[in-house]
Amino acid sequence: MTKRLKSARIYVAALIVLVWGLGPFYWMAVTAFRDPAYTFDSTPWPTHVTLANFQHVFDTTRGNDFGRALVNSVIIGAATMVIALLLGMLAAYTLARVNFRGKGVVSGLILSASMFPVVVLVTPLFQLFTDLGWIGHYQAMIIPNISFVLPMTVYTLASFFTELPWELEEAARIDGAGRLQAFRLVMLPLAAPAVFTTAILAFIAAVNEYLLARLLSADKTEPVTVAISRFSGNDPKVPPYVEIMAAGTLVTVPLVIMVLIFQRRIIAGLTAGGVKS
Amino acid sequence: MSDPSGTTESAAPPAAPEKPARSGRIRLPGSGRAWVFVAPVLLALAVVIGYPVVRAVVMSFQKDSGLDAATGMFVQGGGAGFDNYTHWLLQQCQLPDGSVESCPTGNLGSQFWAAIGITLLFTVVTVLLETALGLGMASVMGKTFRGRAVLRAAVLIPWAIPTAVTARLWEYMFQYDGVVNHLFGTHILWKTDPWPSRFAVIVADVWKTTPFMALLLLAGLQVIPGDVYEAARVDGASAWQRFTRITLPLLKPALLVAVLFRTMDALRLYDLPAIMMQGNPSTRTISMLVVDQVRQGPNSASALSVITFLMIFAVAFLLVKVLGANAVATQEEQRKAH
Repeated sequence: MTKRLKSARIYVAALIVLVWGLGPFYWMAVTAFRDPAYTFDSTPWPTHVTLANFQHVFDTTRGNDFGRALVNSVIIGAATMVIALLLGMLAAYTLARVNFRGKGVVSGLILSASMFPVVVLVTPLFQLFTDLGWIGHYQAMIIPNISFVLPMTVYTLASFFTELPWELEEAARIDGAGRLQAFRLVMLPLAAPAVFTTAILAFIAAVNEYLLARLLSADKTEPVTVAISRFSGNDPKVPPYVEIMAAGTLVTVPLVIMVLIFQRRIIAGLTAGGVKS
Repeated sequence: MSDPSGTTESAAPPAAPEKPARSGRIRLPGSGRAWVFVAPVLLALAVVIGYPVVRAVVMSFQKDSGLDAATGMFVQGGGAGFDNYTHWLLQQCQLPDGSVESCPTGNLGSQFWAAIGITLLFTVVTVLLETALGLGMASVMGKTFRGRAVLRAAVLIPWAIPTAVTARLWEYMFQYDGVVNHLFGTHILWKTDPWPSRFAVIVADVWKTTPFMALLLLAGLQVIPGDVYEAARVDGASAWQRFTRITLPLLKPALLVAVLFRTMDALRLYDLPAIMMQGNPSTRTISMLVVDQVRQGPNSASALSVITFLMIFAVAFLLVKVLGANAVATQEEQRKAH
């Protein structure tokens, strides 16, 4: 096989993968700009372009309070992320850098927690939060998210921390810094990129959540995932697909931009938490 | 899923001052302080996972409140023994007069085994497809060519789109008038016919999750040193031989971990079929059954969620024991390989 033929083959394969990743996303974005009368137009580029769908998504008189859902998702995602990082950072550091009795048990527990089926939590939490009067408050959405974001945070951070150069920390310790001081002054600045990557992953995971949110949210605290799943138009039998695609595009585009900018770090984070863990 | 290497390490006598350059770890004089650092996480997990699980188990042995047949009065629970479990496993329903008989069709209780079957079908098919397609994708992404970074970024997009959005996107594309029927010139009712709707859910799930699998496999591929392939090529091994004799065995640890992670995810599948197919019972997974039951009877829903948990736990245990997929051991192997 000649070199040229070989590289042509690679590009064909790459093109297939590219269409796989981008095709449906492109279709969503194109549909978002279509006039509702042309919802099922299958021209592969935008025809009968309108911006009205994006307006309708925010039109509360049509029953779509998507603006509020976006704000809710950011609040829930950010709060979950901050709590998981605060709780998880020291634990990850300790798991990565310190040997202690029972360490295997602790890391095993945290790994199993990351595979735990969230559906088991749903019934007791629904009852508990109903009793406490928390349904419709943000804490009812944020606290359960800790159950899957925290294990992921600890694992990803720990695998990043093991790869940091330990010599600097040793030097700081020899110069008389306490362990916490060494962590805060020497390790934390070094670990900043890893912490940032983990923060993105934690945020995306929390924003993606649907099952808990569906049962534990009320209109006021509904995140985008639930809002999108319930989107209804004037005719209850026909979902307003152009508006749903507009809403979907609005949620996805910031995430896609984030992914494109931090592509390298996100892949490092995913594979660290997954395979290398 | 314990960490065998970690346990032996910590059990070793701390007296011998080993070279820290090897392990990259520093020993504490007492391990007490390490526990202080780990405690907040363990405490938080005990609150958000431990407490609800214990409460779910307790609830699963209690009666759901309802009308008492004898008195016609509304009664609150009481002990139920294993009734909530037999309700699902044996599909037994309590009649108003207190007697027990098999659940009528349409009752959620009669859907248990169907939901188990659908969950297992989705799991086996999606994980197999993802592994095959993910391997292909990973090998393309592992090649060096211009624009490789673009490809890796594009592959992340399905992963980054929230599942709820993915579900509605594919729901739209699988409409009767939608682009899928248009592209293939078919007239299939993807949303209502049993097998087409299952097929549609599988396609959407495979689209969304294959990139994640591909990235995990790519990370595994990159650990394999290139000179092994070089040597095999010199010895005249064909591309297929190089794949089966070198790539597969050396990729096995990473592959097994990726399969384990994806299997666990597929077994708890909820968002995608729930949103994409709404009430269509032919795509109802076990997690969907739990959620549908919560408002009807929280205690029997708890029994179902405990059964779900035990099932997933059993599968994880089997995968770890039989296949030898051990995430933590793989981590050590990979570190050594570096």
